[in-house]
Amino acid sequence: MTTEATEATGTTGEAAERLSGGPRPRRTVRRTRAGVPVPLLLPALGGFAFLVLPLVALLLRAPWSGLSEQLTSAAVWQALRLSLITATAATAVALVLGVPLAWVLARARFPGRGLVRALVTLPLVLPPVVGGVALLLALGRNGVVGRWLDSAFGITLPFTTTGVVVAEAFVAMPFLVISVEGTLRAADPRYEEAATTLGASRFTAFRRVTLPLIAPGVAAGAVLAWARALGEFGATITFAGNFPGRTQTMPLSVYLALQSDPAAAIALSLVLLAVSVTVLAGLRDRWMAAS
Amino acid sequence: MTTRSASRRALRVVGGLAVAALTLSGCSSDDSGSSDDSGDSSRKADSGSSSDKLSGTVTVFAAASLKESFHALGKTFEKQHPGTRVTFNFGGSDALAASITSGAPADVFAAASPKTMKTVTDHKDAKGTPATFVRNQLEIATLPGNPKKIKSLKDLTRSGTKVALCAEEVPCGAAARKALDAGHLELTPVSYEQDVKGALTKVELKEVDASVVYKTDVKAAGGKVAGVEFPESAKALNDYPIVPLKNAPNAKAATAFVDLVQSARGQKVLSGAGFLKP
Repeated sequence: MTTEATEATGTTGEAAERLSGGPRPRRTVRRTRAGVPVPLLLPALGGFAFLVLPLVALLLRAPWSGLSEQLTSAAVWQALRLSLITATAATAVALVLGVPLAWVLARARFPGRGLVRALVTLPLVLPPVVGGVALLLALGRNGVVGRWLDSAFGITLPFTTTGVVVAEAFVAMPFLVISVEGTLRAADPRYEEAATTLGASRFTAFRRVTLPLIAPGVAAGAVLAWARALGEFGATITFAGNFPGRTQTMPLSVYLALQSDPAAAIALSLVLLAVSVTVLAGLRDRWMAAS
Repeated sequence: MTTRSASRRALRVVGGLAVAALTLSGCSSDDSGSSDDSGDSSRKADSGSSSDKLSGTVTVFAAASLKESFHALGKTFEKQHPGTRVTFNFGGSDALAASITSGAPADVFAAASPKTMKTVTDHKDAKGTPATFVRNQLEIATLPGNPKKIKSLKDLTRSGTKVALCAEEVPCGAAARKALDAGHLELTPVSYEQDVKGALTKVELKEVDASVVYKTDVKAAGGKVAGVEFPESAKALNDYPIVPLKNAPNAKAATAFVDLVQSARGQKVLSGAGFLKP
């Protein structure tokens, strides 16, 4: 929110009006003191309330008195630990695979690039449960690739912690790719070209010039991907199932707790909320630098 | 416990919002209409006259294992009472009970265990006393042709056998736990599924070697799974209670649907699906 900016434009607007020869008979929209037009202010407030009210309700209804015993239960920490580990691993996978992919999409010229980009961003708009089903049919024990993985290496992904990471990475990677690709497009390619004319190989130029240049964008994308992975529910429960300590992440345990012990569900939600807020606050500076 | 009641209140708010949303989206039902009640009810509706006029939508929350048979009964009901529509919400009984106690607009609740029904009656959401209308027995569902040579519950505990169970909050999970205890067996599954159909699907997709489900589910799956009976299942029979709900938007139709389920016709459909007589 840049209130100062709107204030400034508001006052200059009024000043301009006063300078341009007194009050002319024309209809103006009433403005508040801050210079925000009323027709914009009301929906803006409504939108803000709509986004914040549920979180406020969560805080208001939280079982504060019994919270300590809820949160010290081993099951909560088990789920939280699993969530943090898998979300971080999924982000690492997304970085290793996603940054090169973003570079190819932004810098390489090849036919069908638009189609490739569309396919890469598809998991962004795909309902997570559908993603889980697709993963199951591809990498499940009986899946297109999974069958071969199973017979050749004895690797089965569903119902394992690795399966959780796979499901989360599938859903979260597009965020990173889009973010990094946008940064690359905005970055000046001449620096890379200069490096290559000075004798650096293309890969060295990427490593020593491009990567430092786009680091804020990569960080922003990684945070987005991490947050998305942390909240992943649909693909996880479909592909990796639900087993405490192995595949039961925080969102799964919140969902389950809501059916048997609502107070525990609220407590778990608070933990997730706190983690998300902490991460956002901690990375705000990089966030701003990236935008 | 104060925290409990506070969270209950919170849930009720959520439920209220859900109700509002559903009402707005046209899920409301009016209790006026004109069609003759010509169902072969085995017991008279305790409220209305003999010529109840039914119309509008009946919303039935039912345990996942009732899916196939209730769908058939819904069609029968709509034929018997032109102008009515039966909509279903199938899921794990515990999840259904939780959404009913938080105010979801349902007319009828059919659970797969007395315990999950008790959640609703304790919350004073039921109208009258729930009636047990069928019983169900567990069975092992395994891959067609039984390549793993599973003959007993004990075979599921062999290492290298992937098993999906229902979560213990869900009736089929509670029953499976009971059967395993009766056989003094320890079994670690790869996943605790949210409802019995989830456990069955994992076998159908060949992602697990076996799951413990109901006889009715094995039957409904046709040739996609093979059923293996086991003696411990006799010690873990599930009673299925059904009840019209107090805050039913369509109370008359709710009672009529419960009557149909308990009638000779309803019972015939249910036994055809593999359910046992209560």
